[in-house]
Amino acid sequence: MTGVLPIALEKATKVIGVLMHSYKEYVALMELHDYVDREKVLSVMSMFIGKIYQRPPLRSSVKRSLRIKEIYSIDVIEIEGRHVLFRVKCESGTYVRKLCHDIGLVLGVEAHMRELRRTGVAHLTEDKDLVTMHELSEALYLWNNYKDETLLRKYLLPMEHIVAFLPKILIKDSAVDAIAHGAQLAAPGVAILSNKIGKGDRVAIMTLKGELVAIGRALMNANEILATEKGIVVKIERVIMDPNIYPKTWRQNKELIKSN
Amino acid sequence: MKEKGIEFIKSLDRAANLDHEYIVKYDEDTDEKFGSLPYARLIQEHIRSSLIVLDKPPGPTSHEVVAWIKKMFNLEKAGHGGTLELSP
Repeated sequence: MTGVLPIALEKATKVIGVLMHSYKEYVALMELHDYVDREKVLSVMSMFIGKIYQRPPLRSSVKRSLRIKEIYSIDVIEIEGRHVLFRVKCESGTYVRKLCHDIGLVLGVEAHMRELRRTGVAHLTEDKDLVTMHELSEALYLWNNYKDETLLRKYLLPMEHIVAFLPKILIKDSAVDAIAHGAQLAAPGVAILSNKIGKGDRVAIMTLKGELVAIGRALMNANEILATEKGIVVKIERVIMDPNIYPKTWRQNKELIKSN
Repeated sequence: MKEKGIEFIKSLDRAANLDHEYIVKYDEDTDEKFGSLPYARLIQEHIRSSLIVLDKPPGPTSHEVVAWIKKMFNLEKAGHGGTLELSP
């Protein structure tokens, strides 16, 4: 199997989990066990778009219960003889191998997956310049031998790219360290926010420099967050930033005491 | 500095094909004495908080590939967000 493999280094491992349950895209080569009319292949494959039943195969690390998975799209790229090349976008946890098997069953000829390439994990797609092992070695060589960081900085992306697909809230400097120490995000800490935040959405909390601080769930939508002057607006799920990078501010507390 | 931060955030949105608008609740700037722009971290800090979007070669498992990377970069921790299917 080849293709898009997002790898988080050290600190970035704290947030890589948000990609685990995101949608995936693959290009697969399916081999039918007998010749089938092109129109029939196209028509049967399009039947699999939408919600389907799947039971994980014998060789899998998950519980083998019957599950519902959603296929967002299937595009047949090419059919040559008994070989069908197609692109599929699907919910996380969908087995393309099983999909091929089931397509074969419906076609009445049986089929199996010959080759699979993952072309996308959420917003990380292969058309956006993937890095090869070879390129990584080159980058390290340049750095170790010539102190040249350019390729390392090109091939290794800041971990903020992991959460690029989440709606974002930028917080004041004064709120950062509290969150890094485990506090929830309260209304006064919010500086700038995305207008598309819905209640219950997972959001990325970042500094005004764009640094990832934490991931959480919005307790209210964007307009409500904008309107409210107090109360918790985001329930923190995972803290990513280390404490003591931004200063502790007692001045905020002093203002709270004064206003009381 | 806040402008650079917002520019970076917008570039992330573009990378993910998001069409979000940003509303300012409190207009404050950020102190350059603390933290840094994500693309301007010192190299060791950059490496230790980065994402590699790798084109996985055929042959080794994802687990093996991650092990190679840990060794190459001398890391304690590295992980991928799930497994590619078992190779035939």
